[in-house]
Amino acid sequence: MAVEPLRVDNLFCERDERVLFEGLGFSVSAGDVVRIEGQNGSGKTTLLRMLTGLSNHYEGDIYWGEQLLAECAEEYRQNLLYFGHQAGVKALLTPLENLHWYASMQPHIHVEKLEWALEQVGLRGFEDVPCHTLSAGQNRRVSLARLYLSTAPVWILDEPFTAIDKQGVATLELLIADHAAKGGMVILTTHHELAMAGTLRKVNLDQLACRGRAV
Amino acid sequence: MTNSGAGEMFFWGVLKRDLLLSFRRKSDLVNPLIFFLMVASLFPLGVSPEPTFLAEVAPGVIWVAALLATLLSLDGLFRSDFEDGTLEQTLLSPQPLFLVVLAKVFAHWMMTGLALTLLSPLLAVMLFLPVEGMWGLMASLLLGTPTLSLIGAIGAALTVGLRKGGVLISLLVLPLYIPVLIFGTGAAQAAITGLPIAGFLALLGAILVLGLVLAPFAIAAALRISASS
Repeated sequence: MAVEPLRVDNLFCERDERVLFEGLGFSVSAGDVVRIEGQNGSGKTTLLRMLTGLSNHYEGDIYWGEQLLAECAEEYRQNLLYFGHQAGVKALLTPLENLHWYASMQPHIHVEKLEWALEQVGLRGFEDVPCHTLSAGQNRRVSLARLYLSTAPVWILDEPFTAIDKQGVATLELLIADHAAKGGMVILTTHHELAMAGTLRKVNLDQLACRGRAV
Repeated sequence: MTNSGAGEMFFWGVLKRDLLLSFRRKSDLVNPLIFFLMVASLFPLGVSPEPTFLAEVAPGVIWVAALLATLLSLDGLFRSDFEDGTLEQTLLSPQPLFLVVLAKVFAHWMMTGLALTLLSPLLAVMLFLPVEGMWGLMASLLLGTPTLSLIGAIGAALTVGLRKGGVLISLLVLPLYIPVLIFGTGAAQAAITGLPIAGFLALLGAILVLGLVLAPFAIAAALRISASS
């Protein structure tokens, strides 16, 4: 799973006439787990959305390999898994239907693996229950099942641990570490203390906002 | 699996999901139809119950009611996807977005335009539309309503990021609906008076083809803009 590095160069972002960050620069290569840190409202989600290519309200450059992100967006999307602020789960559909829909949008996912993935996130027995009857944590788990299905090397996870119980967080951390060890890259935000502190790299947005220049 | 095979599969995947959602959320399905039926049944009470008068205005009333019923249903087309994050996942999918959008619009049309077309004979009878006009009316609705869904989806995509997009959609979309309305009622009127309707239908068909080719790209671009803010 060799993957091109993601490089952020001199990124500047402003929201409602307030500078969220400027001069932001870092790079993520295969095997990295990078944690974006910052207070509430410091622009973590905004930054992650930029890194997925969803948002282009920024100045500066984001490169994937040698190319600008905007120029290779299609190819980049084939290599990307994004776990968003909203889980991306339809309340009226069952977990299995939700994953079926996701699999139809992602050609590399094998449909036979869907039930196995739901079992991995502890939703065995809930496959055919509408998601609006599930708890908040279970709904997030439906979306997290995608981590078991996807073969995409780049994972961008916005608060993946929110509403997940302790055991779930531990399993998820192992999954993330394993993904990185296999040559994937993970960029995430979380307010949880992570056990894998050793291998974790950090990008702090608060310091940037205060000092107004690159770390 | 070949590329086209995968493309086909995901088109049906998206279509199936949207149809399933409509069936689970019955109000989406029933609201436009009830509205359609209400306009047609209140009109004679408000204006005149005279059969000759009603027969004359029936094509126009039915077409305007169908148009407004479609407009009513547009706001929800991308709204719930936008709110629960599935739109983001759609935009990040490696599949071509214009095909996803086409599948969604097709599902929307099946739930509104097609249903309205199937319901229209009932309204036609209620409004004393002469039998000769029935086929003209149905054919024009069948060809015209997909265009309404396609154009409307552009408006819905542009306004999905706004808190209250409902009014704005109408302003954006209504001017573009007018040609469809004119040729649609024209076809039905011509059918009543026994004139050939092929010309009207050809024009409606041409507009539909134009919409099918261009609208998905406009909708896709509009969605990317709306999601990027």
